[in-house]
Amino acid sequence: MKATVYVTIKQNVLDPQGTAVQGALHTLGFSEVEKVRIGKYLELELDTTDRAEAEVRIKAMCEKLFANTVVEDFRFELEG
Amino acid sequence: MAQQLTAKEPTAEQIAEQKIYSQFGVSDYEFELICGFLGRQPNYTEIGVFSVMWSEHCSYKNSKPILKKFPITGPRVLMGPGEGAGIVDIGDNQAVVFKIESHNHPSAVEPFQGAATGVGGIIRDIFSMGARPIALLNSLRFGRLENERVKYLFEHVVSGIAGYGNCIGIPTVAGEVMFDESYEGNPLVNAMCVGLIDHDKIQRGVAKGVGNPVFYVGPATGRDGIHGATFASVELSEESEENRTAVQVGDPFMEKLVMEATLELIDSGIVLGIQDMGAAGLTCSSAEMASKAGNGLELYLDEVPQRETGMTPYEMMLSESQERMLFVVEPQHEAQAKEIFERWGIICAKVGKVTDDGRLRLFHQGQEVADMPVKALVDECPVYDKPSKEPAYFSENAAVDTSAYEEVTDLTGALEKVLASPTVASKEWVYNQYDYMVRTSTAVQPGSDAAVVTIRGTRKALAMTTDCNGRYVYLDPEVGGRIAVAEAARNIVCSGAEPLAVTDNLNFGNPEKPEVFWQLEKSADGMSEACVILNTPVIGGNVSLYNENAKGAIYPTPVIGMVGLVHDIDHITTQGFKSEGDVIILVGETKAELGGSELQYVLQGGAAGRPPEIDLATEKKVLDAVLGAIQGGLVASAHDLSEGGIAVAVAESCISGRLGAEVALTSDLRADHLLFSESQSRILLSAKPENAAALQAKLSEQGVVHTQIGTVKGSSLTISVNGKAGIQAPVTQLEKVWKDAIPCLMSK
Amino acid sequence: MKFAVLVFPGSNCDIDCYKAVEDTIGQSVDYVWHTATDLSAYDAILVPGGFSYGDYLRCGAIAQFAAVMSEVQKAAEAGKFILGICNGFQILTEAGLLPGALIRNNGLKFRCHQAPLEVVNSSTAFTNQYSQGEIINIPIAHGEGNYYCDDATLAELKANDQIVFRYAGDTNPNGSVENIAGISNKAGNVVGMMPHPERAIDQLLGSEDGKRMFTSILNAWREQHGAAVNS
Repeated sequence: MKATVYVTIKQNVLDPQGTAVQGALHTLGFSEVEKVRIGKYLELELDTTDRAEAEVRIKAMCEKLFANTVVEDFRFELEG
Repeated sequence: MAQQLTAKEPTAEQIAEQKIYSQFGVSDYEFELICGFLGRQPNYTEIGVFSVMWSEHCSYKNSKPILKKFPITGPRVLMGPGEGAGIVDIGDNQAVVFKIESHNHPSAVEPFQGAATGVGGIIRDIFSMGARPIALLNSLRFGRLENERVKYLFEHVVSGIAGYGNCIGIPTVAGEVMFDESYEGNPLVNAMCVGLIDHDKIQRGVAKGVGNPVFYVGPATGRDGIHGATFASVELSEESEENRTAVQVGDPFMEKLVMEATLELIDSGIVLGIQDMGAAGLTCSSAEMASKAGNGLELYLDEVPQRETGMTPYEMMLSESQERMLFVVEPQHEAQAKEIFERWGIICAKVGKVTDDGRLRLFHQGQEVADMPVKALVDECPVYDKPSKEPAYFSENAAVDTSAYEEVTDLTGALEKVLASPTVASKEWVYNQYDYMVRTSTAVQPGSDAAVVTIRGTRKALAMTTDCNGRYVYLDPEVGGRIAVAEAARNIVCSGAEPLAVTDNLNFGNPEKPEVFWQLEKSADGMSEACVILNTPVIGGNVSLYNENAKGAIYPTPVIGMVGLVHDIDHITTQGFKSEGDVIILVGETKAELGGSELQYVLQGGAAGRPPEIDLATEKKVLDAVLGAIQGGLVASAHDLSEGGIAVAVAESCISGRLGAEVALTSDLRADHLLFSESQSRILLSAKPENAAALQAKLSEQGVVHTQIGTVKGSSLTISVNGKAGIQAPVTQLEKVWKDAIPCLMSK
Repeated sequence: MKFAVLVFPGSNCDIDCYKAVEDTIGQSVDYVWHTATDLSAYDAILVPGGFSYGDYLRCGAIAQFAAVMSEVQKAAEAGKFILGICNGFQILTEAGLLPGALIRNNGLKFRCHQAPLEVVNSSTAFTNQYSQGEIINIPIAHGEGNYYCDDATLAELKANDQIVFRYAGDTNPNGSVENIAGISNKAGNVVGMMPHPERAIDQLLGSEDGKRMFTSILNAWREQHGAAVNS
């Protein structure tokens, strides 16, 4: 089974990278961009077929390691 | 006999018939020689191995006749060129190890990783000698900072250097950055590392002892940077941008672990030979180690840790995956060596054996896939004496009369323009991104003439700098070569140290062009002469040729990395004025020399005319006298006069010391010439009033020309010429101009 | 008094911390490997700067799970002195020993220079040799030192006097909430800070204002143990 995890900076926390990229987009003429948030993307190959269990385990991984929930949110998708 | 394994790879016959070797930069003549050494046609793996070993980067086939010119011995030299890095004695069983290396081409296409892996590579050169790396420096050249692509390269090269050095925990303490359109599209990224070692710990890259096992340590091998060494030896073209697969990715965390484990291994005393895998990876390290021991080597490629599946012998041998080392121990020490690397969590695999047949033999999946004489790989690459020709520009330029430029009357305005020129402006934007304090030994931080790093447990310290003004070298390679060495020595002396030795990085264009080869030859003559007279032998270095772009060759840029010894930390001297009332003394003579100067660049937009003259005997006298005065405790501050001449030097001493100065100059020269001329062998000193007479007497005694020109005073800089007002500005205003220039350009 | 300097793969200020203890207060100090499972012999634990595990996922994220960290947790509960510097501060927040988090500098760049700090709380075991409100010079060197916490946590930090250092005046180098440069836990025995006091113990290297952090710790320990204070 394949899991994809997205970790992003919480909406209420400043994302300096996102702000910088937004500025660059504006300079390039993409003035419609109102907000940019930059995050992390992780791909995991899991040796399991039990989807329910995989969900529980991935959530634990996110909370324990992938995201610092003080400043970051996460979501994930399971495939296969 | 060697066999082809993969269907994709051309056969030996195809390589010969279709001249596939020429894609690897091997000439018809060289291919004939290779066939002769093998007694048959090479297969794909073998031609790959030969092509990298015979590339300019590994063989120095075009530059050997040049490198022979350099003085390489001296009473303090413990190891000269040939090993990973040169070594110089500093007394008390200690020695300093240092080397500079370029990563120009990789940085042009992928600036962050190119610069980062350049730093990683030079650090490995130092710790593979058994030395603890204690400092990093870098010498950078970019095009005009107004250009967007240049900004991109500058920003990412700096963050690549920072990313690697900061993470591994070696302070980046000094360097230089210059901007000139000659480097547009072909930036220069030269990284230097300095290490400390005890005499009895010095290692060599030799595969000693027939039958001994050969170990591979570091991360697994992937298909990174295949043909990096040949890539470095061809001109950059539009396609180079597409050539990103040739750029490796650095992992400073891994290197930190490999470094600590390697130093621990060396400390255990069981290592017979060790070498890092740099350019041409496994190929170069194995062939050179065998060659230096006069032995052969067998490699069992199935044992090489691999990151990707289906790697061919060709790919494994040519991969430039980073942070890898090769070492030899006796069989009974195998377990001990493995235990050390295991503790640091690093792969350590036995991949080969030392043999007595003088051949490099490769085995893969039960078959011998290559069999080549080591001597042919390492020593038999033909050396070319390239034709040399004085370029047409040389005499044309020399005829330009730089004293005929219209007189600049707004001298304060001119000073501000020069201070705001990115080459002269404060590099705080750069070095504040580098951790220059880790290891808590940095006594003189970036921004002075040379950095000074203390040696714990002693009263000694090391001063270090990199220097080269490519404009001078362009205008006259021989004079420019002399100046590069002299200026480095002057920087070292101004920090209170005795110059010890040089590592050089020869950055030039395509040596197949006779005009480029002429530059190379002449500048080497000038550098050699200066190294002899100033007692600073060349203990190692690097050659980077083919630095060209669509517009032609870069300015010839032989960067000098120099290290000096501060005998007592009380001698450490910086450029900033120290106290109100101190007397300012100018050492040396000023002539109307504006060729290649910063003022010329700022006002005329280029370099023309003759570069400043330099008399090396005078230079030596000045250096000895000033160093003696510093060691005698007579000097409060010392600053080398370079780009921007007297005006900039005084301004920088004011800014660094946060003090003003009142300077009165008298001269027959035109005021703008006097203030901005870049005449050589000049140093700006300040001294406490009670020491001024003794200082001047000491300088006179040694026959050194000097003039008392003013006093440290107030918070403004005023310079008058022949009684007439010249420059007048509050130091804070000058500081703002100088400090804001680069951040301002970068945020536009 | 006995100090431990923790060593994670990628720590690079471990040697500097070790030397600082020796040079400033001459107390006994050991390097303690990240795999250690017993810290009971130590009175103070220094978590040094660097790039533990390359800081590849997030600064300090992987180090928090090193074996030694459960011992650090125990030591914190036992009231021992724990000081996290730079990456050490990041590790302590990741491990939940200190509130909040350190995120990327608002200027996006690594910054290394002397930083003037205001001593906001001079009554901790780490700052008792400074005077309240004193401005001291301690260098910073980090790319992710932008302290963040939510409003409730901030209010709590203030209510409990947990803000130990602030970047002085308008010198905030990284965008930290309320210029915070260092904080303590509620009990006051765990402090984390981005600036490097171990780099400020010698005027030759730019500042010696960091010395008093070390003498403070020794002083606090002696008071705790009823020994004569002679610093």
